[in-house]
Amino acid sequence: MRKMATTIYALVLLLASLLCSRTARGEGPPPKKDPSGPLVTQSYDANTLRVQGEQRYRTNCGRCHAAPRKFPPRMMATVLRHMRVRATITDEDMRLVLSYMTQ
Amino acid sequence: MEFTLPCTGKISGLWRRQFPLLLASAALMLSLPLVHPAWAQSSDADKPVPILSGTAGTFSFVTAGQNQLNAQINPVLLLPLGQRWLVESRAEFQGAFQRPPGGGPYGGPVSKNLDYLQADFMANPYVTFTVGRFLTPFGIFNERLYPIWIRSLQQDPLILPLSAESSDGLMLRGGFSANAKANLNYAVYVSAISTDHNNLASERNVGGRMGVFLPGPRIEIGASWQKLLQDDRSNSFGFHFAWQPARLPLNVHSEYARSSRGSGYWVDAAYRLRQVHFWQKAMRRVEFAGRGEQFFIGSISPEQVQALGLSPANTREGEFGLNYYLQDGLKATASYGRQFSSAGNFNLWTVGIAYRFLIPLGRVGTP
Repeated sequence: MRKMATTIYALVLLLASLLCSRTARGEGPPPKKDPSGPLVTQSYDANTLRVQGEQRYRTNCGRCHAAPRKFPPRMMATVLRHMRVRATITDEDMRLVLSYMTQ
Repeated sequence: MEFTLPCTGKISGLWRRQFPLLLASAALMLSLPLVHPAWAQSSDADKPVPILSGTAGTFSFVTAGQNQLNAQINPVLLLPLGQRWLVESRAEFQGAFQRPPGGGPYGGPVSKNLDYLQADFMANPYVTFTVGRFLTPFGIFNERLYPIWIRSLQQDPLILPLSAESSDGLMLRGGFSANAKANLNYAVYVSAISTDHNNLASERNVGGRMGVFLPGPRIEIGASWQKLLQDDRSNSFGFHFAWQPARLPLNVHSEYARSSRGSGYWVDAAYRLRQVHFWQKAMRRVEFAGRGEQFFIGSISPEQVQALGLSPANTREGEFGLNYYLQDGLKATASYGRQFSSAGNFNLWTVGIAYRFLIPLGRVGTP
């Protein structure tokens, strides 16, 4: 029982600290991006973006399953967010694949 | 193999009691400087929409001459919230029907399980916090290869029950580039609930997994560790390997696991006939798959073996199969395998169909 309480305490502490740190830094809602702007933070030209996106798509998706077809952008955004967690793909790979799959 | 901590007596007891707290505190200290203020994912045009996804399938498993009809549906709900959150869940509804020994109509139980129900907070490109019930990140099969539309052969690997399939607690995970040639990924977790409830089985444990993915040769290697915080408080560890060569439509996966419950390995390869020069339209949809595996029973009671679903004796198994992809997410599958053990040798036949569905729960743009 004491061990359980310790673990729960640790979880609560962790979550509370995260929320506090966010507030203390004065973070508001993240700025919305220009829809016509690039999805990735690094500066890629359109062709490099496409080539890199396709490469990351083939490399990452194929680690577990056959490469899927393209879905509408809003669905792909959810699927990629899920895959970022499930398959621990990198943030940059997620953005490049999302960019490629929504072109 | 049993690991021992480098301390004894009161110090060891203190260490054991405080380990979850220490782990969470360490994670906290590491994560605080990393909360990224400007991290944003999407514009309005690609704002994520909730999705109902999942798999459905029906199979006929013939094991040692006994036919079992298996029908299952595994809905997955993905609910993105804001820029950084994702609530996701997967349930499993499975019916296993077979004729009684004396003959008669097919009948059997319908099992219901909650595989995961978790909230993910993507704090920054390096760390995602997960709270709730999640798939235990031990090896790669349980987390990534388990869905029936993904796995190349429908039989579970013999070593799958060696670690708990789901855990309840907190997890930190992430993937990032170490350099241009290597990506690192990790997961560390604490599971705080121990229950053998049929639908929500979970163990108290702590563990982690570390992996390296080399995008050039498309090789991934990694290691997992888990310590039970209940019963015999034993350690488990494992290794995994995956390879998808760029020049061949080949997909190789492998795992090794060892614990007090048993040990073993499996190697699985699937080859898609995309490069065949005849009947290309049909042949590119065909995939041959094979798996070899071995399991060694550990020092546990027969009751535990049965409860965990482990093989009751040292076992070897070979299996070959064929998958035909009718369309994206829909495949027909057939396989034959043979199991060898001191408990008896027998054949394993599988025929079935697996389907992955994906339904948006909101307005979407055009593809």
